[in-house]
Amino acid sequence: MAIIKKLKAVKIDQNHLLGIQELSFPQITEILKQAKTFITLNKSSSKKMDILRGKTQINLFFEPSTRTQSSFELAGKRLGADVMSMNIVNSAIKKGETLIDTAMTLNAMHPDIIVMRHQDSGAPNLLSQKVNCSVINAGDGRREHPTQALLDALTIINRKGKVEGLKVAICGDILHSRVARSNIYLMNMLGAEINVVAPKTLLPHSIEKLGVKSFTDMKKGLDNCDIVMMLRLQNERMQGSFLPSAREYYEFYGLTPDKLKLANKDALIMHPGPMNRGVEIDTNLADDINRSVIREQVELGVAIRMACLKIFCKKS
Amino acid sequence: MKEKYLVNARIIDPKNDLDEIGGLIIDSNGLIKAVGKKVANGNLPSSVEKIDLKKQILIPGLVDMRVFVGEPGFEYKENFRTLSNAAVSGGVTSVVSMPNTYPVIDNVSMVDFLKRRGRDKSKINIFPAASLTKNVDGKQMTEFGLLKRKGIIAFTDGIKTVQDPEVMSRIMNFASQSNSLIMQHAEDNILSRNGLINEGEISTRLGLKGIPFLAEKIIVERDLSFLEEYFCRYHISQISSEKTLAVIQKAKKDGKNFTTGVSINNLSLNENDIGDFKTFLKLSPPLRTENDRKALVEGVNSGLIDVIVSDHKPQDEESKRLTFAQAATGASGIETLLPLTLELFHNKSIKLKKLISAITFNPSKILGLNKGSLDIGNDADLCVFDINKPWVVDKSKLKSKSKNTPIENRKLQGQVLKTFIKGEIAYG
Repeated sequence: MAIIKKLKAVKIDQNHLLGIQELSFPQITEILKQAKTFITLNKSSSKKMDILRGKTQINLFFEPSTRTQSSFELAGKRLGADVMSMNIVNSAIKKGETLIDTAMTLNAMHPDIIVMRHQDSGAPNLLSQKVNCSVINAGDGRREHPTQALLDALTIINRKGKVEGLKVAICGDILHSRVARSNIYLMNMLGAEINVVAPKTLLPHSIEKLGVKSFTDMKKGLDNCDIVMMLRLQNERMQGSFLPSAREYYEFYGLTPDKLKLANKDALIMHPGPMNRGVEIDTNLADDINRSVIREQVELGVAIRMACLKIFCKKS
Repeated sequence: MKEKYLVNARIIDPKNDLDEIGGLIIDSNGLIKAVGKKVANGNLPSSVEKIDLKKQILIPGLVDMRVFVGEPGFEYKENFRTLSNAAVSGGVTSVVSMPNTYPVIDNVSMVDFLKRRGRDKSKINIFPAASLTKNVDGKQMTEFGLLKRKGIIAFTDGIKTVQDPEVMSRIMNFASQSNSLIMQHAEDNILSRNGLINEGEISTRLGLKGIPFLAEKIIVERDLSFLEEYFCRYHISQISSEKTLAVIQKAKKDGKNFTTGVSINNLSLNENDIGDFKTFLKLSPPLRTENDRKALVEGVNSGLIDVIVSDHKPQDEESKRLTFAQAATGASGIETLLPLTLELFHNKSIKLKKLISAITFNPSKILGLNKGSLDIGNDADLCVFDINKPWVVDKSKLKSKSKNTPIENRKLQGQVLKTFIKGEIAYG
């Protein structure tokens, strides 16, 4: 406990984690610092703390999720909170209730934290204006997925010691990806150089204005990179024809040993999951313990979410 | 009624190129009897009642070509009475109402209903537009001839665009024979499908699906191509992008005959105003970049754009208190049309006469109405305003039934003092 107290140098006043865009550099380093302390805790035999004892955390998921939801659930439980997970996919909303009404109903039960995933960009922003508790964004539409970016940064720091000065390639369906956007904001703030690699139809308009270089040729985009971050093809968000076929996509944008050779020798492979093996990534590469840190991302995800729950939980 | 003598006003009437201190006489039938500097205190009988306008500006009542009223079907958003109250407080005396009601205004009995309701419940002149196609579904054209006979002066699918090129070409062909006015909301449905705001850096940052400028441009280009073959009266309801304006400029240079409108929202706001997902700024066409806004302002200035409309689209609060993707589209605006238009005068973007023309005489001329000017013998539909009076928009004070103003707390300069309809004081 002593070490955590010592690290409380930066005071984070805001109660909501809506996106990386809303965070400052000191706030980010504070989250990463605190998360580090939880990495060790999570590996120990006694994982339970009482930092959030007596607090109630509601996981409000309007979109199906396995890893993020279980990660938040575990994080809350390890900090001693009472955690309730709600999948709204087939609940009140189907009966015509609006997001605000659902939120007000839950708010009446006095939760301390609501962790929300929603298919509409900006939904957590709306929620945060209407409830008294903390709101943590677990992914909204194509906008942001801040805890994913934070855990990616923590994974990189864990392996490379820093983010500053590294060259990061983010490859794949940038257009539909909240992970890409959050990572672009975060890696930029932490001083990395960012390449985005995608076919033109999967690059958002004016993406360069977010501070990245964009490439349609994966070989050029991977050149000299330290981190290769692969994204999932989000077929469920795609309307109309973005690509000729999965086969053509894999040929030009799938991560294969050949293409990986263009990156630095010790480049790490990352993927936010879930993976489409053989669509965006070669199945052997995904499992290569020397290069792939995909499992580690999941592991550190719990630590990051513990730090975020602790920091943003409304102090009363 | 008794004759009224309005004196000591600055009279601006773009049609008659009038801008002078003078007066206006309203005869006992509510018509304009005399206007101009010769109507002065000294020339008038001392016994009559005079209204001293104290050098404030007197213009023809505003003619707003694009207004949504909730009757029938959406009375909880706006009815004729609330629309009328909102309109007169903004100096608007005539409106063209859009047919996107429930049911749609696509047949003569609906027109009868609207005319009756409009007459009984509102003070302003309501000119209902009928839809171009049955149930605004873009397939079967409405009975232009019969509807015209009922007094319909314009046809439009309102918030919808006729997508099928064959249907649109036939509509324009048919309209050319009956001399009907076609007003198109230019948007390709497929290009704009699920789109929420302008496609660009902001849509990328907010993670909202963009509406490309091409969705508008491509329809304008298509329709202007048809216009080469079918000479109908064609009006583009409102445009939003610089690229569309360039198409219009070229077509005018080629001698094509058509007119263009713009929403005051697209002249006064840009996509940055959406900020943190402000659903009140979810509009169609969407707010675009500052460059687009400036180009549109220049378009009004150069005369490429003829008309400024409020695009008054009342939406109840519930339909806006949703995520951006789910929230209703449109903004209330009839009450702030004049002061927002005056903003473009105060910031020296556009000359006053040109602006007033774009909200009075130009729309009236396109519609073929005897409105929007101070011609002798016209109905005395008038607006008197203080061009300098500062005020702040407060949605709770709006007269419209819905309070979805996109300019809450905006500081405006210029306020309506009096509105006359057919010679009677309707406001002030």
